[in-house]
This record gives sequence, structure tokens and C-alpha cells, in this order.
Amino acid sequence: MSDSRDIDHFLVTDGLDTEREKDIGQHIGYRYDVNLVPDYSRLTPFLEKYIETMAWDDLNWLEDVHMGYEEGRPAVFDRNINGWVSVPEDLELPDNQQDRDMIARELLIKFQMSPRHPMVELNRAYRKF
Amino acid sequence: MAELDREGASFEMGMHTEQLSGRTQQVYFSPEEAENFTYPEAFDVDFNRRTEIDAAELDSGAVNRKLRELMEQGYGTIVVKNPGAKHSLGVGILNRLQLYFEGSLGYFGCGLIDGPNVRISGRVGWSCAENMMAGTVVIEKNAGSVFGAALRGGDLVCKGDVGSRTGIDMKGGTIIVGGRTGAFSGFMMQRGRMVILGDAGVNLGDSMYDGTIYVGGKIAGLGVDAVEAEMNALDAQWLERKLRLYGLEAPRGAANMTKIVAGKKLWNYDNLEPTEKKLVL
Repeated sequence: MSDSRDIDHFLVTDGLDTEREKDIGQHIGYRYDVNLVPDYSRLTPFLEKYIETMAWDDLNWLEDVHMGYEEGRPAVFDRNINGWVSVPEDLELPDNQQDRDMIARELLIKFQMSPRHPMVELNRAYRKF
Repeated sequence: MAELDREGASFEMGMHTEQLSGRTQQVYFSPEEAENFTYPEAFDVDFNRRTEIDAAELDSGAVNRKLRELMEQGYGTIVVKNPGAKHSLGVGILNRLQLYFEGSLGYFGCGLIDGPNVRISGRVGWSCAENMMAGTVVIEKNAGSVFGAALRGGDLVCKGDVGSRTGIDMKGGTIIVGGRTGAFSGFMMQRGRMVILGDAGVNLGDSMYDGTIYVGGKIAGLGVDAVEAEMNALDAQWLERKLRLYGLEAPRGAANMTKIVAGKKLWNYDNLEPTEKKLVL
């Protein structure tokens, strides 16, 4: 996603660009530019506070989090549920990947730390101590 | 019987009867979520509250239970004295915490952690920070084999040398080695970044699917499907910033490091991906 392709490419097309994707009939969502270096001047106030709360010097694990697109919808991959989480439909997306990534990180933290996250129920069901 | 009861609870919640279809879970973010920074069941700790544990006479389980008790009491900075290279110390911490080990750890130290900042003044045995999710772990001396196995996220730093198979199966995050690393480092790496400031052993990046390995010294040999790529300005910028955080420097400058990536001839995992998700859920 750091190349010159349209920022909304995956929202306005089926995203089946490579031969491999055409063969299997699905877009391979992990392959955005996962190494896109975060632009720290674009941190949201929420993320700044999160980094401060955790006493980290940078985004830490969130450096690997980017806005992706699943089945034509903007979404973020949540490793804790091993699935994509769609962003609210009425959310207006910025016109560049850096700002979209920051929004993705913020939404993911809010989702993971929510008492309504699916892991909370799994924890109650399976925890051993 | 306790195990059976737990399984019953999961059945009652419908977890074993849910019919899964499609590739996504159709989960949506709620814009009304509160601004929480820690997991719902995490302990509310204060970094300014500091305490110490003397681990000399305690076994690993007792040390880990003590850490949990102290977090429950609100201590945010804990110093463990005399860890004595005991195994599995500091594991499973899903909390913000400043944790200091004054000495060395045995195997599986700091595994399965999500959030804490850990500093270890001595050495660590094999499989340090295995499956780490987030946070920072810094080791001042050397580390054993399978350092950062299956790492998911966070920064794992060893300022000395490490053994073989560093970052095997890593799926994210950053591993930094101040010295040398052994054979098969980055084996089956799937994502994330590995930075080796010294020399790398044979079969570096063998069967890696994705991710990036940077090497400051000599490479004894590349593994299957690992290829050299061109360093760019973003690589150097990221490396300089990250190394500076831990007081480290690339021996010949960040821009002169060797970058290794996947040749992507072994990319077959996408076929399995939808099945994998259904199985896990």
C-alpha cells in the first residue's frame, strides 16, 4: 500500500490482482506493505496516551498494525481473535495510508481492551487460575 | 471434574455449536467504546510503587505467583533479586509493569507476555520471550537458542550473542541482537523484523515466508528462499531510531547493513488461511 496505487484500490475493486489471488478467488489481505514505517508525527492523542501508559518509547507491537481491507470493507486484523474487524461504516477515511494506519491502531486498542471483546468470554470459560 | 465443568461452560456459551461461514467474523468496531488502555482483567498498577522479591529460596512457581500478588496490590515496579537461572520466570504477564531481574534466567524466561517492560542484567537460557505479544525485554548479556520463538509483537533485545534458530516462526515484532546469532536464525519467519548487529550463522532465513532480517556483520550462508534485498532510506531510518532506543549502533552504519527478505517461492500458506481461521475459532 505504499506504492503509487490508488489509496482506495481495495474498496473500489475486488482486489484480485495477482495470478495467485485470481486462482484462489480471494484477496490475500496480509500482503499490504507491512513494513511501512509509521510516521510518528501523525500519532493520534489516544495513541500518545497509550504509549505513555505502557511506558514504551514507540508504538511497539502496533508498528505491525495497518488498515487492511476485507471483502471490500476497511478492516483491522485482530490477532487475539484471529479475524478481521470492520471499521464503522460511517467513519470517513483519510486520504493516506499513514493516517489510516493510526486510526486502525486506535480502533484496535479500543476493541481489544473492551469488556465486550470476545476474548473476555473465552477467558471466563477457560482460564485455569 | 473441574476441567469438565469448564468445558460445560464453553458449551453453554455456544462456542462449540456456532456455525462458521465466510472468512471474516463480521465483527464491527463500536465507536462508543471507552478509552481503556489495558485489558479488562489487568491489574491497576502504579509505576511509582516499587518493591523487591528475593528469589533465592523460592521455586519458579512461587516467584511467578508472588509477581502476580504484587501486581494485584498495585506495585508497578518489581525487582527480582537472585533469580538463580531458574526456568520459566516472569511468564504470562498480561499487564503493564516494570520488571527487573538482577541476575540470569533459565529457559522459557518471560514467555507469553503481553505488555511489560522487562530488564535482565544477566543471561537467559533457550526460548526466552517465546510467544511474546507486546512490551520490551532487554537482556544485557548472552541468550540461548530459539530466542524469541514465535514472537508476535514487541521488542526483544539481547545485547550479547544468541544461539541458533533465533526468531524461529516469528510472526511479528522486533528482535535485536547486539552480537552474533547462530544457525537457522529466522527459520520459517512469517512477519516482523530481526536485526543482527554482528555475524549470522548458516541457513539464515531458511524457509522464511515474509518479514525482514538486517545483518551488520558477515552472513555464513542463506537458507532456502532467503534472498538479499536492497536497503532503502526507510530501512535505515527505522533501524537508526529503533537501535537508538536501546543504546545500540550498527557497526558500519544502518544504511550499510545487509537486508534479507523472502524470495517468496514458498508462498503457499494462503490456501490454508480460511481453514485455519475456522479451526481456531
